[in-house]
Amino acid sequence: MTGAGPAAGGRSARRRSRRWEPRAEAPAWRVVLVTLAAVAVAALVVTWVFVSYGVEPVHAWSTIVRRTLLEPRGLSETLRKAVPLLLIGIGLLLAFRARFWNIGAEGQLLAGAVGATAVALFAGLPAPLVIPAMFLAGALAGAAWGAVPALLKARLGVNEIITTLMFNYIALYVVRYLINGPWKARTATGFSYSERFPVEAVLPTFGTTRLHWPTLVIALVLVGVIALLLARSRFGFEVEVLGRSPEAARYAGIDAGRVTLVLAALAAGAAGMAGVGEVAGIHRRLVEPTQLSLGYGYAAILVALLARGRALAVVPAALFLGFVFAAGDVMRVSLRLPSQLPDVVTGLVLLLVAASEPLTRGRWVRSEGTEPPAMPVADALTAGPPARAAGAEGGGG
Amino acid sequence: MDLDLLVVATVARALAFATPLLWAALGEVIAERSGVVNLGVEGMMALGAVAGFAVAFTTGNVWWGLAAAALAGMAGSALHAVVAITLRADAYVSGLSLTMLGLGLSALVGRAWVGRPLPDPMRTVDVPWLRDLPLLGPMLFQGQHLLTYAALVAAVVAWVLLFHTRGGLVLRSVGENPVAVDVAGLPVRRTRYAAVLIGGLLAGIGGGYLSLAYRPSWGEGMVNGLGWIAIALAIFAMWHPLRVLLAGLLFGACFTLAFRLQTVFPPELLTLLPYAFTVLALVFTAWSRGRRAFGAPEALGRPYLRGER
Repeated sequence: MTGAGPAAGGRSARRRSRRWEPRAEAPAWRVVLVTLAAVAVAALVVTWVFVSYGVEPVHAWSTIVRRTLLEPRGLSETLRKAVPLLLIGIGLLLAFRARFWNIGAEGQLLAGAVGATAVALFAGLPAPLVIPAMFLAGALAGAAWGAVPALLKARLGVNEIITTLMFNYIALYVVRYLINGPWKARTATGFSYSERFPVEAVLPTFGTTRLHWPTLVIALVLVGVIALLLARSRFGFEVEVLGRSPEAARYAGIDAGRVTLVLAALAAGAAGMAGVGEVAGIHRRLVEPTQLSLGYGYAAILVALLARGRALAVVPAALFLGFVFAAGDVMRVSLRLPSQLPDVVTGLVLLLVAASEPLTRGRWVRSEGTEPPAMPVADALTAGPPARAAGAEGGGG
Repeated sequence: MDLDLLVVATVARALAFATPLLWAALGEVIAERSGVVNLGVEGMMALGAVAGFAVAFTTGNVWWGLAAAALAGMAGSALHAVVAITLRADAYVSGLSLTMLGLGLSALVGRAWVGRPLPDPMRTVDVPWLRDLPLLGPMLFQGQHLLTYAALVAAVVAWVLLFHTRGGLVLRSVGENPVAVDVAGLPVRRTRYAAVLIGGLLAGIGGGYLSLAYRPSWGEGMVNGLGWIAIALAIFAMWHPLRVLLAGLLFGACFTLAFRLQTVFPPELLTLLPYAFTVLALVFTAWSRGRRAFGAPEALGRPYLRGER
């Protein structure tokens, strides 16, 4: 039946006469459709959770939509939760495109928050300089925290997934140490936190909401700049080539170590700024790390993967996860459902997106002749938009 | 005499601390030897811990709990196997989502049991005969949980199976050169499935040890990075079961010694030491083997599709 190899005449080939033929490019409509399907499955699971907890699903969903999207206050909560996700998501998009698996955004966010707190409480700068200095310190602290695993990866080939993750735990305990030890507020009893920031170190918000708009503006500008850089600059070209084929990058004279380092530092710096926004815009002091970040560093991985290499697609992806987080609050407060639901939803959508990725990139064909080489699936999640995809990888073997 | 006692106590504590790491790391070694990275260890351990506790609490029998823990870990790994092996999706993303899903689900399911002690937890036992050995007896064979002794045995069994049986040879070959295995007419996917499922089973047991024996209770932060440390341990041990045993003891000893510094350091800084030590261990591994990347299975992390070169 098939002539693919000595083993091809065996059971597996006879069992199915159709086989999966991967393609180099995924049509945009399929990507959107499959992503929406993944979200729909997650929504079904959540509905099932509603039912199993005895909450009427229509009531639950209408409450969630009203309190996260329709009411101004709810919408502001969705947006303010999308802010750190935007910042971290656009950074991770860059890092993933260079195949640097930064899982440490959570720790880099905390490092940024520590940097900003140091400036806010101890620098004694003139008032107009405080906020810019906090963002600078936060970005630098985050970048430094992320640069260590990147250096270890570039120089020694140390697995960055584990080091960045370990750095999350280290950052978490350092923050706990700071708010329980040297930076503990004099008034803090029971809960631990730092002194309150002075007025000039607090970010302005829209009206009475908690939407700290300067961070939102920074995030949107950053997304725009990175979209431009990726599309138009030499650096964007280098990132593109490196993400597609490290060997090709070497032939093109691209210093993979340097590009990885720059991207990792950029990503970590963006996560650091997200930390600045959280302390200066929401809490106005350094607080317990699990309150400071609700797992934005992990959820932003999904933001970057949902965006599939397109910088501008980070915006809807971050908004979607902002909605998931805000909906989690509504479920907990208004519907008295467990607070862990957003984590489950995030994990589920991530799993479904990973699982459905191959579906966007192939079709069933009758099994005749030799099988063409498969596209590494990882490329689809990390590489750039398909418009400029190299067709060379596609053809038959 | 005093020093002897300190060494004995340290090794014994280290062994208790290392037990969940040993189980999970052995599982990861088996999975990765077949060429499949599973970053879901943390999630599988959490699922194992919560399932084990829930069943042990309800039935009053820790052994049913242990079986549930193993099955829960295996169920998690089955998810990863389908996505990463059959669908050939990215194994990193799939494993990560398994970790997130496992942590979220275990927290969701385990809400009812938070803060409740297990009425009848796993008891500590001595190993007959071996307990009377001088020095080694009190170090390794007294007052530990059955799962700790079993972990020592499991490491040896895994070594024999991987390196001294035909099945082990096939499993390792699938991880090194799946094309050759396929051409030889041996099942690549089925072998990988088996390896990943066994890996999940062992990770589940590791999680069960936490909630049934080590700290007989359930709480959201129970696994707290141990799954990730186990992955690091597999790398540090260069994917070899016996080295996992030694490296696990070394990890455990370092953590235990760190806790003896309690009088000098604030507690938050002590808790971060295991994580810092893990990073150092990885740096040391990378540095000591220099540019030569030996030990890692050749086809690690690459999905297999017949016809792909």
